[in-house]
Amino acid sequence: MELTKKNKGKVIVKPPISSIGIPGWIRENLFSSPFNTVLTIIIVSILWFSILPFLNWALIDSSWLPDANCRESDGACWSIISSNYKIILFGFYPQDILWRPITAIFLLVSLLFISRNRNYWNAFLGYSWIISLVIMGILLKGGILGLEAVDIERWGGIILTLLLSVFGLTAAYPLGVILALGRQSKMPVIKTFCVFYIELIRGVPLISLLFMSSVVFPLFLPEGVSINAILRAQIAIIMFTAAYVAEVVRGGLQGMNKGQFEAADSLGLNYFQTMRLIILPQALKIVIPPSVSVLISAFKDTSLVVIIGLYDLLKTTQTTLSEPKWMGFSAEAYIFIAIIYFVCCFFMSNYSRKLEKELDTGL
Amino acid sequence: MNTAINNKTSETISFWYDPDKRSILYQIGAACLFAFVAWYLISNTMANLERQSIATGFGFLNKEAAFEIGESLIEYSAADRYARALSVGFLNTLLVSFIGIFLTVILGTFLGVARLSKNWLINKCAAGYIELFQDIPILLQLFFWYAFFYEMLPSPRAALNPINGLFLCNRGLIFGIPQAHPVYKYMAIAVLIAVIIIFLLKKWAQKRQDLTGKAFPVFFTSIILIIGLPFVCWLFGGAPMDMSVPVLKGFNFKGGLTISPEFAALLLGLVLYTAAFVAEVVRAGIQAVSKGQTEAAMAIGLKPGQLLNLIILPQALRVIIPPLTSQMLNLTKNSSLAVAIGYPDFVSVAGTAINQTGQAIEGVMLIMIVYLIFSLSTSAFMNWYNKKMVIVER
Repeated sequence: MELTKKNKGKVIVKPPISSIGIPGWIRENLFSSPFNTVLTIIIVSILWFSILPFLNWALIDSSWLPDANCRESDGACWSIISSNYKIILFGFYPQDILWRPITAIFLLVSLLFISRNRNYWNAFLGYSWIISLVIMGILLKGGILGLEAVDIERWGGIILTLLLSVFGLTAAYPLGVILALGRQSKMPVIKTFCVFYIELIRGVPLISLLFMSSVVFPLFLPEGVSINAILRAQIAIIMFTAAYVAEVVRGGLQGMNKGQFEAADSLGLNYFQTMRLIILPQALKIVIPPSVSVLISAFKDTSLVVIIGLYDLLKTTQTTLSEPKWMGFSAEAYIFIAIIYFVCCFFMSNYSRKLEKELDTGL
Repeated sequence: MNTAINNKTSETISFWYDPDKRSILYQIGAACLFAFVAWYLISNTMANLERQSIATGFGFLNKEAAFEIGESLIEYSAADRYARALSVGFLNTLLVSFIGIFLTVILGTFLGVARLSKNWLINKCAAGYIELFQDIPILLQLFFWYAFFYEMLPSPRAALNPINGLFLCNRGLIFGIPQAHPVYKYMAIAVLIAVIIIFLLKKWAQKRQDLTGKAFPVFFTSIILIIGLPFVCWLFGGAPMDMSVPVLKGFNFKGGLTISPEFAALLLGLVLYTAAFVAEVVRAGIQAVSKGQTEAAMAIGLKPGQLLNLIILPQALRVIIPPLTSQMLNLTKNSSLAVAIGYPDFVSVAGTAINQTGQAIEGVMLIMIVYLIFSLSTSAFMNWYNKKMVIVER
């Protein structure tokens, strides 16, 4: 009776204080059941006993300045980074002209930043990419416009990592599209070649291809001709990535509605027109998110060139670590480059997730 | 009628505009191009090999290897042949892959379930783990763990001893194992017998349930069988309790089982890296089963165990298994990075063989063949599984 009266008078009863606001959130998300309470307590204590000593090691007890005496302190020795960052990041690139690689990387990063927004994807951006890549090449290589020439052998560190992944993907993508089209082709000979290539490459680890590039590839060339080791590794990475791109693109092609092919046929378009104007623009759009995943793996996989002795980011770090003065500080050095890799990959995968949401047209 | 039309088309369409004939021409062109490139490369290679006087063929497999291998599952010495050295490497690859896959599936499932937890803290911790370990190259992780074992852990004299009988130092992970005794062999046989009995029992129980509707507690009987049979065997064998406990002698431990730092670092790196990917696979699989399925199962009165076994798992596994196998294959392929931290897997041994004999082509070919066998057998399994699991549609 009491209740009806209240309802008639429209008295709005607020939820109890324990189920709204911060206490309510904590209750619902951390202590909703006895089991969850136990789990929360366990996790908090694990974090407490692992994060605190780590922060202490990394931030409080640590030495940061290049000339600090690390052997005497218990904390992290970030001095290994501050005194060797030039070697770690740029390898054996001449140290007095480091502004050139820095400018090139800055150019690349700003272009990537602009390209993030899909509204800017047009022909102009495409041309600026090509022009910028040429400018970056000139900046790094030198030899013209009064710039001192730098041998490719001396490109190292992050320059090599970026070079291998950016050129690896830009060259592998068209190749992968061709392979995917070949795999879908009705011509048995071409289809067999493509299937064979894709399955062969995807079945073997990248390291076997890199071995091939470093020891077998020189045997393929006629006498007197030799190709630079970086270029050979680049070819191996392109061949490897292309097979994975092909599988991704194939997914997109298979996702195409049959009506699209039939409509193109009835318009009288030939094979190349059909592909260029109708199928690929749609299929490639579907596969942008998985392509970014391939890009991320290609970026991470460039670190494997360490094994055939190229001076990428990982190898320059190891070179630093092999100096007697810095021996034993692997954790700090590896954490530093792990952060570099993590930041790059994290942005890429976040971007891929964002794109996936944007491009999801509900089909 | 038909022939008439065909005749007409071939008359009206000129040779160059007939798509069928053109496609044959393209294919001949492609085959010729391929043959030419292959001929060019092979002739160059032959000339180069002759000039550098490198032997060809797989004859080197029968020669003496003349290098030691750090760890091996079968007996091996430097006097053995290359073929044996390579099989040592092959077995090491298999070993690390099998243990790695086993641990990865456990850790990955755990993380995948944690990622779906309603507990905010656990959810975020799992998400953080997955993001962190996916975004750092596996090679860097391997180097880190290798450095962890060699640099950050103390020497054997000051070994960490977290649990009694288990030591952690820069010589690896050392722990006590039961002293060798013939009864353990019989216990292994007992486990095998138990598995066969359980298999038959399950079939019989299913049949009986189909006929009479009476359920049989297969799960509990299985657990009793698989633990009980070996236990009875152990009791009859005189219940040996001797342990081989590691003891510090001089500069290193004697006794017990030692897991080398190379193996431990490789295993740890591979498991932690791949588990992050497996967790995503598991999460997607569980999310793929719609909530209505659970509700419907509860509505017809299934118990939670039956709900999981009969409704959720069969549907989730259909989504999980294909990407899971490809992650397992990735782990096997990534185990080739062992060469970077000095664990003698197949690639590492083959690399040494290439350096010693100079027969790079054969060496790289062997590596590729071995990994192709792995991946082809995996895809054969996948095809079989997909055929078996395909949803029967009306």
